[in-house]
Amino acid sequence: MQETVTLAHGAGGKQTSELIEKVFKAHFENPLFTPDDAAVLQIPAGKMAMSTDGFIVSPAFFPGGNIGKLSICGTVNDLACMGAQPMYMTCAFVIEEGFPMVRLEEIAAAMEKTAAEVGVCIVAGDTKVAGKGQVDGVFITTTAVGRIMDGVQTGGALAKPGDCVIVTGDVGRHGCTILLARDDYGIEADVTSDCAPLWHAVNNILTAAPDIHVIRDATRGGVGTVLYEIAGQSNVGFSLESESIPVDPGVRGVCGMLGLEPLYLACEGRLVIIAPAEKKDIILETLRRSPHTEGAACIGTVTEDHPGRVVLNTEIGSQTILPRPGNELLPRIC
Amino acid sequence: MSDNKKNVIARARAIIDSYDGKPIRIMEVCGTHTHEIFRLGIRQILPDKVRLISGPGCPVCVTPVDFIDEAVYLAMERDVTICTFGDLVRVPGSFGTSAQTSDKKTAKIGSLAAARAAGARIQVVYAPQDAVAYAREHPQEQVVFLSVGFETTTPSSCLAVKEAQREGLTNFSILTANKTMPSAYAAMKDSTDAFLYPGHVHAITGTGICEKLAEEGTSGVVAGFTARELMTALAVIVKKTQEGSPFFENCYPRVVRAEGSPAAQRLVEEMMEPCDARWRGIGVLPQSGVQLRPEYAAFDARVKFNIPSMQGRENPACRCGEVLQGKCMPSDCKVFGKGCTPEHPIGACMVSGEGACSAFYLYGGDR
Repeated sequence: MQETVTLAHGAGGKQTSELIEKVFKAHFENPLFTPDDAAVLQIPAGKMAMSTDGFIVSPAFFPGGNIGKLSICGTVNDLACMGAQPMYMTCAFVIEEGFPMVRLEEIAAAMEKTAAEVGVCIVAGDTKVAGKGQVDGVFITTTAVGRIMDGVQTGGALAKPGDCVIVTGDVGRHGCTILLARDDYGIEADVTSDCAPLWHAVNNILTAAPDIHVIRDATRGGVGTVLYEIAGQSNVGFSLESESIPVDPGVRGVCGMLGLEPLYLACEGRLVIIAPAEKKDIILETLRRSPHTEGAACIGTVTEDHPGRVVLNTEIGSQTILPRPGNELLPRIC
Repeated sequence: MSDNKKNVIARARAIIDSYDGKPIRIMEVCGTHTHEIFRLGIRQILPDKVRLISGPGCPVCVTPVDFIDEAVYLAMERDVTICTFGDLVRVPGSFGTSAQTSDKKTAKIGSLAAARAAGARIQVVYAPQDAVAYAREHPQEQVVFLSVGFETTTPSSCLAVKEAQREGLTNFSILTANKTMPSAYAAMKDSTDAFLYPGHVHAITGTGICEKLAEEGTSGVVAGFTARELMTALAVIVKKTQEGSPFFENCYPRVVRAEGSPAAQRLVEEMMEPCDARWRGIGVLPQSGVQLRPEYAAFDARVKFNIPSMQGRENPACRCGEVLQGKCMPSDCKVFGKGCTPEHPIGACMVSGEGACSAFYLYGGDR
């Protein structure tokens, strides 16, 4: 096979077939992967959740993952937030002419591995090739459906005063990793993206505590943005203990140098979980035993006071407002 | 937080809480201090008798309107590529009209962001050396770096000029608005009872000026930037004030030495000379700035492009100048939070994350 992707690979002819056979089918092969125009699927009884997401991260390869792994995690985690077991997924690629074939293989391999970890089946795909400079490297869009667990209802409008607020690990690592990978600042630090598929962890906690009120994926905008969104949707406030918020020392150092707030840096493998206070311990214990959520911590509570605001109890014993999310910090983070 | 750190903060707080002397006004003269003070909520735990004022220490905030007008002029009328720190891009230039200009299109351009939207080349860089690299990679463009800041950032602008000179780059120059802190201290000393001196500035300059000010009756301490360092510095101010005589203490000894950084001082002395400088909202303070010496004129954008003199006009509704002098609170300004927000700043203090108005707005405007 050629060493780079060419326009002919997107033309629908022999080379397209070769690309699909040698790269995509080689990695995505399963009995449901369709050779026809659409996949034919058996849908189970019950409520389904469906989500779609486009991925344009720059750089496409970063410490802790690549755009392929990210494209599975992002969409699978969106479903998991609704308590849905990811079942079927489609993926569409837009590839820049000249993109190295070995890199495309690496991306497909990462997608295969991540999809297998959560048990989602890739059932259909699409490949387009755009001329040099018309896209940057490779863009991927994934869409997935999943079945919502019986008796589970989560949503951003369901947070109640008194609930506990849990994050599933240290915050801001993906955003910090991308920022460093761009090399705009000339800073080096040992920081790895938190990019991870979280369905198994969600399955475990919803089995242990089906009455969890909110699960949200803290991607673009980070945990801070998610909390402000929930505060608005549920008309509640948040009171956080700033010292309980887990932050990797490397991330803290970079944020200190650049004046950034870790709560506003993107995560790609971290959930915000809001649940009745009496479920706090069982949820934390379960998360600490589950994959990718070993560093879970309770960071605060939902309050009736100051609705719409996120308040931090600081290390010096004062209370401050977490500034509202501002302008987008970095484009093309996921 | 370690127990030790907790204890230090608790002890500092106890000292501050128990203060029972005359009311003290403490002016922080560093944008990073302002930001950290708001982030940590320090103002709200201070007793009524101890008040913090945000002084003119954010380089973006004190950059005058006519400097923005000069940069817009270069970008729009002289086809220059402007390399700048990101914050400056959104700082408003002359209110309504962009000073003297021959070009009607430029007359409506009120900021570098507007210039960029109108097609000018505005590059955001993180260090002056990035601007030199840009000039090296784009030999067909004239590149001007906007050199703002205090003693902390001036040496790196000097290094950039040295680098360009060594490489023989003829398409790189700098537009200076560099300022020096001692003149700000002199101008502000009646607005405060003690300065919280900026740690980074004095890491370069040393502490001689602070000691001299103490001898002349103006008190202050050099402070670091962590919760523990800031609380300790405030506790020292409170304690020393109670003792009665003017004082100076270095509360940031892990970074600041009495002699400062002689190498950085020599570099600036060799390449720059003092000049009068305009501070936004405050006016011209004699000998409060530095500019390139005549032997480096080839790298001085004002000389190289023969920029006409600009008479900047500030928005009359903006009270940044009074805010920077501690004469009013951001919330006393009529446009604060209404016409003037971080998304649509009217005054420079609302642009930078280190600006007093921006911090006040983002953190809910406590006291």
